[in-house]
Amino acid sequence: MTQILMPALSPTMEEGNLAKWLIKPGDKVEPGQVIAEIETDKATMEVEAVDEGVVSELLVAEGAQGVKVNTPIAVLKGEGGTQPEMSVPPPSARQPARPPTPASPPQGGREEDPEVPAGTTFVKITVRDALRDAMAEEMRRDPDVFLMGEEVAQYQGAYKVSRELLQEFGDKRVVDTPITEHGFAGLGVGAAMAGLKPIVEFMTWNFAMQAIDQIINSAAKTLYMSGGQIKSSIVFRGPNGAAARVAAQHSQDYSSWYAHVPGLIVIAPYDAADAKGLLKSAIRNPNPVVFLEHEMLYGTEFEIPDVKDWLVPIGKAKIRRPGADVTITAHSRMVGLALKAAEHLAGEGIDAEVIDLRTLRPLDTATIIGSVKKTNRLVTVEEGWGQSGVGAEVCARVTSEAFDYLDAPPTRVHQVDAPLAYAANLEALALPSVEKIVEAVKAVTYR
Amino acid sequence: MGTTYANGAHAKATRDDLLQYYRDMLLIRRFEERAGQLYGMGLIGGFCHLYIGQEAVVVGMQAALKPGDQVITAYRDHGHMLATGMDPNAIMAELTGRSDGCSKGKGGSMHMFSTEKAFYGGHGIVGAQVSLGTGLAFANRYRDDAKVCVTYFGDGAANQGQVYESFNMASLWKLPVVYIVENNQYAMGTAIQRSSSETHLHRRGISFNIPGEEVDGMDVVAVREAGLRAAEHARSGKGPILLEMKTYRYRGHSMSDPAKYRTKEEVEEMKARHDPIEHVKKLLIDGGHATEDSLKDIDREIRAVVTASAEFAQASPEPDPRELMTDVYL
Repeated sequence: MTQILMPALSPTMEEGNLAKWLIKPGDKVEPGQVIAEIETDKATMEVEAVDEGVVSELLVAEGAQGVKVNTPIAVLKGEGGTQPEMSVPPPSARQPARPPTPASPPQGGREEDPEVPAGTTFVKITVRDALRDAMAEEMRRDPDVFLMGEEVAQYQGAYKVSRELLQEFGDKRVVDTPITEHGFAGLGVGAAMAGLKPIVEFMTWNFAMQAIDQIINSAAKTLYMSGGQIKSSIVFRGPNGAAARVAAQHSQDYSSWYAHVPGLIVIAPYDAADAKGLLKSAIRNPNPVVFLEHEMLYGTEFEIPDVKDWLVPIGKAKIRRPGADVTITAHSRMVGLALKAAEHLAGEGIDAEVIDLRTLRPLDTATIIGSVKKTNRLVTVEEGWGQSGVGAEVCARVTSEAFDYLDAPPTRVHQVDAPLAYAANLEALALPSVEKIVEAVKAVTYR
Repeated sequence: MGTTYANGAHAKATRDDLLQYYRDMLLIRRFEERAGQLYGMGLIGGFCHLYIGQEAVVVGMQAALKPGDQVITAYRDHGHMLATGMDPNAIMAELTGRSDGCSKGKGGSMHMFSTEKAFYGGHGIVGAQVSLGTGLAFANRYRDDAKVCVTYFGDGAANQGQVYESFNMASLWKLPVVYIVENNQYAMGTAIQRSSSETHLHRRGISFNIPGEEVDGMDVVAVREAGLRAAEHARSGKGPILLEMKTYRYRGHSMSDPAKYRTKEEVEEMKARHDPIEHVKKLLIDGGHATEDSLKDIDREIRAVVTASAEFAQASPEPDPRELMTDVYL
């Protein structure tokens, strides 16, 4: 007897739907035979048997939703263990765009959000679809906007962020490029200099190191070097930072790299509303924008205001959780960790204020300073390394502008000073965590 | 060097054409000589790469273009700008870092632009302009506006990876771009034989299905004729084309280069036998279109223009300190 387990289709997949069984009890199964189709919010894939045997029982019904990875889904009689593995992912145009799910009525601090008009209803949407919708809306609005990158068109996006854009806008405006980051980044900047508004997708920001010369030397500096004549309205976007178990070369956080450069705007959103609203603002912005997404958040659902043209202003941080005792700054995925830490700390009587930086350049210093003047304590959180990092910059600004308000030395939580390891335990040790944030907050509050 | 410079007569060039090319090339030469002089006086700073010797390339190519066609190049760019018709005063004032410079004094020798003349720079990173020029051509195709982008690079840049990334996309998408490799035979101080496994640079597009042609870059009419064919090729939707201009720079790579990597005899041979301006002068006089005296009148006119630009560039004030923080963002 062997159990067939729900397989993981990507490093970050945690659950999926069992779309279709292609076997039934009593069937003989051969190695390589497709036994089921499973789907995630990214793709539909076929599951193949590895060994032969006879199906004795199906444990999960066809159509089951949210089946966790490694859940037993079938039982096989036969010799040897059977572990399913997936076939090469097919270009998945099959999966329809998911209609937004109506959400429960607004609750919590959301009604107080000054960016959301009173009486606004909310819908649930993943960060992935929020980004997609942002691009689609802006492409409908402005014929000069186009998307280019590896696998953005026919494949529907390596992470399915550009799903169905090819179908709507055609291959003139949704352009598959060769694997040639340096070249297509420069090509994008040239097109922007001619007045088009490219969205250049990097499959991940790790690969954009090949292109960083064009981003900085051509996109960021030419307006200045030309005395204001040559504009580059261009968005470079893609997933940034550590995914899961993909090791050092595929796990780097570039926040501080790009935040260092005048001429660039750097955005790193956390939730779906900011992903959509800030990406729309980025596409409309006349400057080059570096837009840092996070793969681990693509599949996360958030509530988003159901308004026609949802825009979030660039350069404004957001107080995600008001508090009195300590200020925690974070961006991108780290905001989620900071919020969880704040929840935990509340149980211990520490009232943390969590600031989502959202835009790293220009940095909203006023919101940070205002918060620290109230809480007198600061913990910065970022996924990247500490040295010359975003936290270092926040600490420097706070110590120079609010030194007299501080009751404790500002503290940084960041990745340890080493390339990111593959091993699960080492990876977890290297990256910031809820526990590390809690510990840092306790240190600055002397608890 | 193994190159034949076929300085033959050209039936296709009219008297007016030749006089115009003479005038345009002479402007570049006199302008560059003056820039070298101002550099020596400390009025121009930083890097300054002179175009002397290569004048026929840009003048011939510009004669092959239509209004609106874009031009982009690297840092040896003064000649390209003058050829597109940019104001010598504004170029010289940029060289002296003054407020009337075409980049308000913030770009310098390597970073000048003119949206009016469709000149997109002026780029300091070897090879980067090739991707940018391919992007300009992408925009032309996107808009279907029948414009062609002429993208210049040197024999040194011909070994940069992004040049070939760009070739691939340009050919794949049939972008209207004319690539011009100005082969002056030295990448800074490295002779082409020492840097390139394939020294016939017009063949460098073969694996991307980009046709290539070797052109006598010291002969302005030969350049123009090749340019006309190339522009027509790109404009008609056939995709990119690569012209290798065999040319020669008389001066060092930059002002600080004593050019010890080549012999004096080699330079003197080029100046004496293949000079692009002397070539046109000969065509004009032999063809009965001009006399030594009538050409001297043109020389005087050009000298006056260049002298005026140098005076303008010295009289123009330094940029207002407030300009320090403008043009960072829009």
